[in-house]
Amino acid sequence: MTAILDVRKLDTRFAAPDGEVHAVNDVSFHIDPGESVGVVGESGSGKTQIFLSIMGLLAKNGRVGGSVRYRGKEILGLPPRELNRIRGVTMSMIFQDPMTSLNPYLRISRQMTEVLVEHKGMHEAGARRRSIELLDRVGIPSAKARFDLYPHEFSGGMRQRVMIAMALLCEPDLLIADEPTTALDVTIQAQILELMADLKRDFGTAIIMITHDLGVVAGLCDRVMVMYAGRVVETGSVRDIFYRPQHPYTLGLLRSMPRIDKHGATQLTAIPGQPPNLQALPPGCVYQERCPFAFERCQADVPALRSIAAGEGPGKERAKACHLERLEEEVPA
Amino acid sequence: MSDAAAPPLLSVRDLKVHFDMRVGGIFSRRHLPLKAVDGVSFDLKAGETLGIVGESGCGKSTLGRAILRLIEPTGGRVVWLGQELSSLGAQAMRARRQDMQIIFQDPLASLNPRMTVGEIIAEPLSTFAPRLGREGKKARVKEMMAKVGLLPQMINRYPHEFSGGQCQRIGIARAMVLEPKLIVCDEPVSALDVSIRAQIVNLLMRLQQEFGLSLLFIGHDLSIVRHISHRIMVLYLGRVMEIADRESIYLRARHPYTQALISAVPIPDPDKERAKRRLVLQGDLPSPLAPPSGCVFRTRCPKATRLCAEEIPLLEEDGTGDLHRVACHHWRE
Repeated sequence: MTAILDVRKLDTRFAAPDGEVHAVNDVSFHIDPGESVGVVGESGSGKTQIFLSIMGLLAKNGRVGGSVRYRGKEILGLPPRELNRIRGVTMSMIFQDPMTSLNPYLRISRQMTEVLVEHKGMHEAGARRRSIELLDRVGIPSAKARFDLYPHEFSGGMRQRVMIAMALLCEPDLLIADEPTTALDVTIQAQILELMADLKRDFGTAIIMITHDLGVVAGLCDRVMVMYAGRVVETGSVRDIFYRPQHPYTLGLLRSMPRIDKHGATQLTAIPGQPPNLQALPPGCVYQERCPFAFERCQADVPALRSIAAGEGPGKERAKACHLERLEEEVPA
Repeated sequence: MSDAAAPPLLSVRDLKVHFDMRVGGIFSRRHLPLKAVDGVSFDLKAGETLGIVGESGCGKSTLGRAILRLIEPTGGRVVWLGQELSSLGAQAMRARRQDMQIIFQDPLASLNPRMTVGEIIAEPLSTFAPRLGREGKKARVKEMMAKVGLLPQMINRYPHEFSGGQCQRIGIARAMVLEPKLIVCDEPVSALDVSIRAQIVNLLMRLQQEFGLSLLFIGHDLSIVRHISHRIMVLYLGRVMEIADRESIYLRARHPYTQALISAVPIPDPDKERAKRRLVLQGDLPSPLAPPSGCVFRTRCPKATRLCAEEIPLLEEDGTGDLHRVACHHWRE
């Protein structure tokens, strides 16, 4: 199976007045058709910058290196005209705050039909019909009546649905969702997550879910990639990551989360300290200062992302960037 | 937790906060009441944590502020150790305030950027303990910094030099420096990274034990609220839907809204999350300017009947004897 997206040695840096910020550091991964991958990390871990780099949406002071192949074709550094044939068409991205991605001056109808007319050469009437169909599909009640409203006339959850409908207009084979539910209330988050699971099942759309919430990943994703300070620290199947974490950071995250399904009071095991400054990364492992398992080697050598045995059996990918041979710690079940 | 016979520290009875909203453009003379908090009653004992949960717009933050009279309540009573707060003049109210403090959601925005950490934490002392003197104040500030996990030698730094988690520690130190009896925590960890949240939650729980503090913990993340609270109150459009012991509310949620809220929280465990029985609510929160008649939740409630539109359900005990109270016509079904 050829990957939809194949990323090799992606490296993104930002020039800042007081030095360079190394936001994405030697990141490689791939997405197969129909697969859903969770990209987990805290703010500043580089999880969003990876995909802004791929989509050619970096801030002006950003520089990117490495290789990004979309269906076998190199797309890194393509001029915007050529990139526009892919992004928003076969590779769509939705963001945390739908209000900042929708044009507040234009009716939803105009913003949606424009895409179909521009990219698919559809007629206005056909584009309207198709757009309303999609709004229906993502659960906008009385979509036809609301089609000519402005973005501010929708609630937050409805706006996120409109965004998802827009991203689906050209039937993308890859949907990149950047914290799509973070700004929403839990009951609305549940609705959006259910919608995304439906899309994955009904359309076979590959989904990349960028999030800081491990709970969101647990329900939706097949594979997980954990980011820390611009690097991939662990990847594996969702069950391997949650039940057999092999990187101390992944374990720390799982242990520091209060669980709604747990009875009785338990002390949370917090990760001490705070993420490192990306302008002054320590030599060696980026997690060493907070890691309870760190030893001498962690201060000297940067651990490379290396393959390890998958608990789910052979054939599954599993890798970590840690000098520790094996992590024999129990995850609270 | 203190025993049931002890008189409450704080007694809130039928508290109402109604805002007068002008509707229909800037020249309109039409006014409508926005009932942000509409008849909320509860008791808080010394050393107890009451969690207040609900979605945005449910009135949870307004409630917290109205209790401290940072917003004047429109009706109802707040009784603090037998004394009714609304009857107090400005001077007497200020004197009461040293016993009741608040910490906010946005840690950086709640700190004056032009003041050093030492000045920020010492400010309540200048108001309430002016005779302490310079050295006395400094000693108290350093002691409190150490208690909340800040290095005392950082006393002359400014807020922008600290991370979000550390800023929240500064806010907690400022609230704690007068050794109050009550702290209203208004979503104190919502803006923090996952790995930092557990640190702050653990800190609040430790301070509570050490000082016998009472906490009103306002939040929308049910797993965190559940972890920190002894009792939990669920709000919807300014009204109490259900209030009960932590265990009781999670094991025997009576109200359909509470049940939906709990089932909407993603569990960071793939097998459990995927096997879980889901209760996804349809639709959005109704406009608080035009709340539904009868039960405010009925427009999204799977159990709603005609009775729910006609009669406001009273908050009644469920008969288990553990003060589990619910406001629903159909909770027995």
